[in-house]
Amino acid sequence: MLANRYGLPMVDRFGREMDRLLHTFFDGAMVAPRTRLFPAVNVWEDGDNLYAEAEVPGMSMNDLEILVVGDELTIKGRRNAPAEEKVAYHRQERGCGEFARVLTLPVPVNADRVEATLKDGVLTVTLPKAEEAKPRKINIRNA
Amino acid sequence: MVSDLVNEKRDTATVTRAERTREGRTYLPYCDILERENELLIHADLPGVRTEDIDINYERGLLTLQGRVDPRREDRRFLMREYGVGDYHRSFEVGEGIDASRIEAEVKDGVLTLHLPKTESIRPRKIAVRSA
Repeated sequence: MLANRYGLPMVDRFGREMDRLLHTFFDGAMVAPRTRLFPAVNVWEDGDNLYAEAEVPGMSMNDLEILVVGDELTIKGRRNAPAEEKVAYHRQERGCGEFARVLTLPVPVNADRVEATLKDGVLTVTLPKAEEAKPRKINIRNA
Repeated sequence: MVSDLVNEKRDTATVTRAERTREGRTYLPYCDILERENELLIHADLPGVRTEDIDINYERGLLTLQGRVDPRREDRRFLMREYGVGDYHRSFEVGEGIDASRIEAEVKDGVLTLHLPKTESIRPRKIAVRSA
């Protein structure tokens, strides 16, 4: 599992304190962050689409697989460990290996029209809502 | 030991305070530090940062990397929010064993790689043994 950084903001005002906390965290137990879900996902919507965004630094589209089956979105892939000999790690916070996230979508989507883009290590999946799930404006007639 | 070459700057407060002019949160990027025969490498995850928005500065033994991320629209209707978005900042103390004038950086797919060449004097050398 990879570590991710949600919930660990280094707020400027508390910069010093948070920094120390983070160091304790990383130095003390690399086990802890690795049990977290990867990748962290943000999901939002507008009238026409659902959007799922995930940070997957260091990966290309070839390393990722995105599936929509029924009401489930699956993001899976693998981040390869650098295969290099004669290298000594002094700090290793970036995880590697296989991962998969399965998200249950709140509304039906049109699976044929799902699109994914990857830019600067950020994956964005656009899922068009099925017609029946889109908001409709109800006309009011004068009686 | 390499801890003498590159050390994370533990107390970044004095360095960062003056430069912080933007609103929002700043995150420590996850980093790997590894050592090759002739250089140290730092890999830093900076997802969402464009190449032109990365600043790397070296000054008096302190290597600072900064990544600016455009604030995202906060009026989004979030259904799930597992991570926050903000700038990145992290500093490292660089020891005498690094040739700071030759530090190089490259970025790919949201990962910044810094090359820190060792100075000649600390590179491993093989000493030939002559038979007398």
